[in-house]
Amino acid sequence: MSASGTLTTETPAALLRDRSRGRRLDPAVEWGLAGLAAFILVLIAFFFVRLLIEAWPAFQHEGLLQFVFGADWVPSQGQFGALPLLFGTLVTSAVALLIGVPVAIATALYITELAPTRARQPLTVLVELLAAVPSVVYGLWGIFFLAPKLQPAEQWFSDTFSFLPWMGGVVSIPNYFIAGLILAVMILPIVSAISREVLATVPTDHREAALALGATRWEAIRISVLPYARPGIAGASMLGLGRALGETIAVTIVIGNAADIGKTIFSQGYSLAAVIANEFGEAASDPTHRASLIAAGLLLFVFTLIVNAIARYFVNRAQVGRRAGVPAGMAG
Amino acid sequence: MSVSVTRAAIPPLTRRRRVTDNAMRGLALALTLLALVPLVLILYYLLKKGLSAFSVDFFTTDPTGRFLGDPGGIRSAILGTIEIVVIASAFAIPIGLGVALWLVEYGKDGRFANLVRYFIDVMTGVPSVVFGLFVYIVLVVTQVAGTFAAWKGAVALSLLMLPIVTRSAEVVLSLVPDSLREAALALGAPRWRVILRIVIPTALPGIVTGSLLAVARAAGETAPLLFSVAFVNGWSLDPSLRMNSLPLQIFNDVGQAQDRLVTRAWGAALTLVLMILILTLIARVVQRRSRLAP
Repeated sequence: MSASGTLTTETPAALLRDRSRGRRLDPAVEWGLAGLAAFILVLIAFFFVRLLIEAWPAFQHEGLLQFVFGADWVPSQGQFGALPLLFGTLVTSAVALLIGVPVAIATALYITELAPTRARQPLTVLVELLAAVPSVVYGLWGIFFLAPKLQPAEQWFSDTFSFLPWMGGVVSIPNYFIAGLILAVMILPIVSAISREVLATVPTDHREAALALGATRWEAIRISVLPYARPGIAGASMLGLGRALGETIAVTIVIGNAADIGKTIFSQGYSLAAVIANEFGEAASDPTHRASLIAAGLLLFVFTLIVNAIARYFVNRAQVGRRAGVPAGMAG
Repeated sequence: MSVSVTRAAIPPLTRRRRVTDNAMRGLALALTLLALVPLVLILYYLLKKGLSAFSVDFFTTDPTGRFLGDPGGIRSAILGTIEIVVIASAFAIPIGLGVALWLVEYGKDGRFANLVRYFIDVMTGVPSVVFGLFVYIVLVVTQVAGTFAAWKGAVALSLLMLPIVTRSAEVVLSLVPDSLREAALALGAPRWRVILRIVIPTALPGIVTGSLLAVARAAGETAPLLFSVAFVNGWSLDPSLRMNSLPLQIFNDVGQAQDRLVTRAWGAALTLVLMILILTLIARVVQRRSRLAP
């Protein structure tokens, strides 16, 4: 408390002067900081309005519904239907959730409930390391290692189950599934971290009550831990969904960038984020094309905003935000 | 909870219950190990391919951009990443800390403060490509001081860092005991002085940790830079020019699909991951130093 030390060593007169100076400065500091906080809200509003204004020509060109549900994205012919992109975004995110969420929840359960105490910290660090790998590195690894290595297995799977919808035919090396798989790995650390935080809020009494009544460890988890943590885990999964929807570079590298609605899960495709990253360079000279890309960004923005707003509602209700340390899912 | 209490008569431990228990525990362990498989594979390939690209020249020469012959190193990419991230921190950390201070010291649990908190949380979920697009619309297309520039990339990255800095700073600031604030106020110190001399120094390790994690996150981002900085081979200190960066260098080299460029991409990827890991490690060490008990 060096500060109080310096205050008391000053003469009473100096102290008074200091106080009056302080009194005048205090409201300025308060309003200045409040201004910064308000700035955040203004920024987000400005953000939305600017995107809307810039995207407007695209909606005018195609019509709002035609833009979202039009099936042809052919910039060279002035056709901008975002359905193939939307389809790619949704399919890859769905794959990511189907694979990533169960693994993430299992990881969180294992670390908080089952693992030996000594193994918990190292396991946590290892899972969080996945979040430290940049998106572009996932893409690099995905296209030069994962996609070629998995292709034979995918081809076998596709041939064996060719009677199912979205199956059969030739498996291309970059495809929806690979993109979804990479996304699954990318959302794993965030879903796992928040699920862990949520599980940590389950009162110990609940577990102990179940165990005392003779429940096995799994039964205790099923009866007393999971029901309590369910809304929080749902929120965590939705935050993962938000990540998957907006992930750009890794998906751009491994999805193949073909603006059609793929016939199978192993076809090349496109996503909203990938089309923006890929085409904005060539779009600079074509105002409609540029507006369409911005409209794709706006769609993405609105989507993720809704998903995140719902997710935060659930997660905040689990009071995760009140706990100490860096908020989960923001680190790395 | 009430479920387990009212179901007082849990049947005795039959063989089926024991098997289910073991199976589920085994499954949780198996899935946890499965989660670590990609980590091991990525790190293995990064080291294997990346180290083979490393040499003195790799770190001391700029990319040549020539289609044939020597592709050059990644010097400009490393320096560019550092410069852009430093500028981004200069934007994001003061603003983020200011907002966090307001939330903790003035806003508290008020309606406006909660609104700000909520939108900051929502902002964490905005895809980085949208931030890039935003900067592209507002600063690049409108030609504010030229087109693509390093400082514009820094703005895009700072938008991404802002919510991380704010929320992590808020958490540690709220851990500063009120008794410290009250003691200083009772001695006649004005509010702003209490903040400056008592609250911030006490919470400093935590603030540094959160900021470093935000920096680590920003350093690996590609999409925002794509629209705001644009790729370039050479290097200059001037932030009003285009600037190279590690993520863009990697993205560019992957797109070329030539073996020697892909090798450089692996080397650049390993360099980037090492930089991020070092930042994360420093952040964790600083966090250990904190005297604030959670």
